[in-house]
Amino acid sequence: MTLRIHKDKLLPWAFLALPLTMYLIWVIIPVLQSLLFSLTYRDTIMYGQKFIGLANFVRLFQDPQFHLALWNNFIWLVFFVGIPIPLGLGIAMLFNQEYAGARLYKTLFYVPMTLSFAVIGTIWAWIYHPDFGALNTILRAAHLDSWAKQWLGDKRYMTMALVFVGVWRQVPYVMILYLAVLKNVPEELVEAATVDGANWGQRFRHVIIPMLAPATVVAVTISIIDSLRSFDIVYVMTNTKARAAEVLASYMYSSAFHYQDYGYGSAIAVIQFLITFGFIVVYVSNTLKNELQR
Amino acid sequence: MTMSANRKFLFKFAFYVVGTLLVASWLIPIAIAFFTSLKSMDELMASPRMWAPPKKLVFSNFAEVWAKVGMARYVTNTLIITIPSVIGALIVSSLGAFALAFYKFRLNKTVLIIFITGMLIPFQMLLIPVYRFSDATGLINTYPGIILFHVAFQLGFCTFFLRNFMKQIPFSLIEAPRIDGASDFYIYRKIVLPLSVSSMAALGVLEFTWIWNDLLWSLILLQVDRLKPVTLGLANMQGEFISNYNMIAAGSIIAAAAPLIIFLLFQRYFIAGLTVGAEKG
Repeated sequence: MTLRIHKDKLLPWAFLALPLTMYLIWVIIPVLQSLLFSLTYRDTIMYGQKFIGLANFVRLFQDPQFHLALWNNFIWLVFFVGIPIPLGLGIAMLFNQEYAGARLYKTLFYVPMTLSFAVIGTIWAWIYHPDFGALNTILRAAHLDSWAKQWLGDKRYMTMALVFVGVWRQVPYVMILYLAVLKNVPEELVEAATVDGANWGQRFRHVIIPMLAPATVVAVTISIIDSLRSFDIVYVMTNTKARAAEVLASYMYSSAFHYQDYGYGSAIAVIQFLITFGFIVVYVSNTLKNELQR
Repeated sequence: MTMSANRKFLFKFAFYVVGTLLVASWLIPIAIAFFTSLKSMDELMASPRMWAPPKKLVFSNFAEVWAKVGMARYVTNTLIITIPSVIGALIVSSLGAFALAFYKFRLNKTVLIIFITGMLIPFQMLLIPVYRFSDATGLINTYPGIILFHVAFQLGFCTFFLRNFMKQIPFSLIEAPRIDGASDFYIYRKIVLPLSVSSMAALGVLEFTWIWNDLLWSLILLQVDRLKPVTLGLANMQGEFISNYNMIAAGSIIAAAAPLIIFLLFQRYFIAGLTVGAEKG
């Protein structure tokens, strides 16, 4: 390993100068600034900040809108992990066959992954339309009129309607992750287990599951991180005006950019960051561990 | 594996039935958008069955959205933003990846961790400071402003991705020219970059889709309508043309077209990029 690498003190920094400088300006310093801003009161972007300690956080914990955003984010997180992981794995196992056409199925199934949330949100907003939308039309045709709801207009259904769209797009992503690993499960290993008399359930538990563990760690951590990043769907489908569907990301946006409450907005971002941080650590250490084995 | 011919056939039959049902139901929303974009307003009002194919194909929705509503300009804006951002991210990150892949220095691992962590933090941590910086430097409401941001922000993933690839390049290919007196920059440019073309293509495909699909950063950094990309154009259209859904659907198809075509053409690269980190070894 060490033989493969140059020992030069200055040269690597010459190559890193440009990327690191850009990363400093647009990523690293902003993160530190947000931490600092969260401790201030500021209603203009440039000047006039006043250090107020943890007052923004105290205010957050008493703010019912923040509680709602936190709760909605929790719903996002639970469904973003709970549905796409098992469903994505199941579909990956189904499509991981050598039949003619399996590739076409996979390709078609990926398509939602390639679309922007702007496109997806626009399409689904129409499907959820209370009068003309496909969902209510189907429900009425099936004589389930009482099931037809104001999906994006009723506080009770809004978040679930948005989460469903997110899940619809996340399942193909998780499937891709699992397919990449399943492809590498050596056929001989499965065959050897079969010869040894292992039934389907045993083969799944003792041969396939251990092979899938690293991909599952990635899929779970990325899904959690993504669920806390969900902003685009909420913005496109509710225009951030439907406050009942607010999540942390959209509440941060409206606090800062609609109400010019920059300190308060930063505090929400910091909370988001703190919740995500543990999962980022899991992902990074997992990645580094895999890297060192190379 | 020994399976009787009967069981084999049943298995195959089940695969096609379940597979077809699954794919068809998953793509219903996209089919609805596609069919709606080709329907006239009359047909749309007459029949509530959105999932039915159009009785008469109407292409004028696309022409109208493209020319009159201004989708042409929004798509152009997206191209102006996306292409330089992707190229910039690839070039700048390849420099960093080269340093991290081939040099042993004290902070090597730390720098790598900083890049990976940066790609995962919530965007909201950056919004206010980046907006403030852009405002102070006059980069706000300019293309260079958002392009520089995209390049910088994508460095996390790109550097990580390219470093992993460069690690696999046999070291003898680097060491031999070095002994012959080649400079390190020469090795980077004439040996490592040409060897990295395929992985940079994979990365480029993925980055193109991501930057094309960006909404949040354009919302913050481009607050003038004439500069806005297609994602924001579409979001605005939704408010304006609330009842002309055939036009909105046509707009969605236009906004989705480029990433979709790129994906269909370069599927293998796309997937190779997405699964980096999930596969071990």
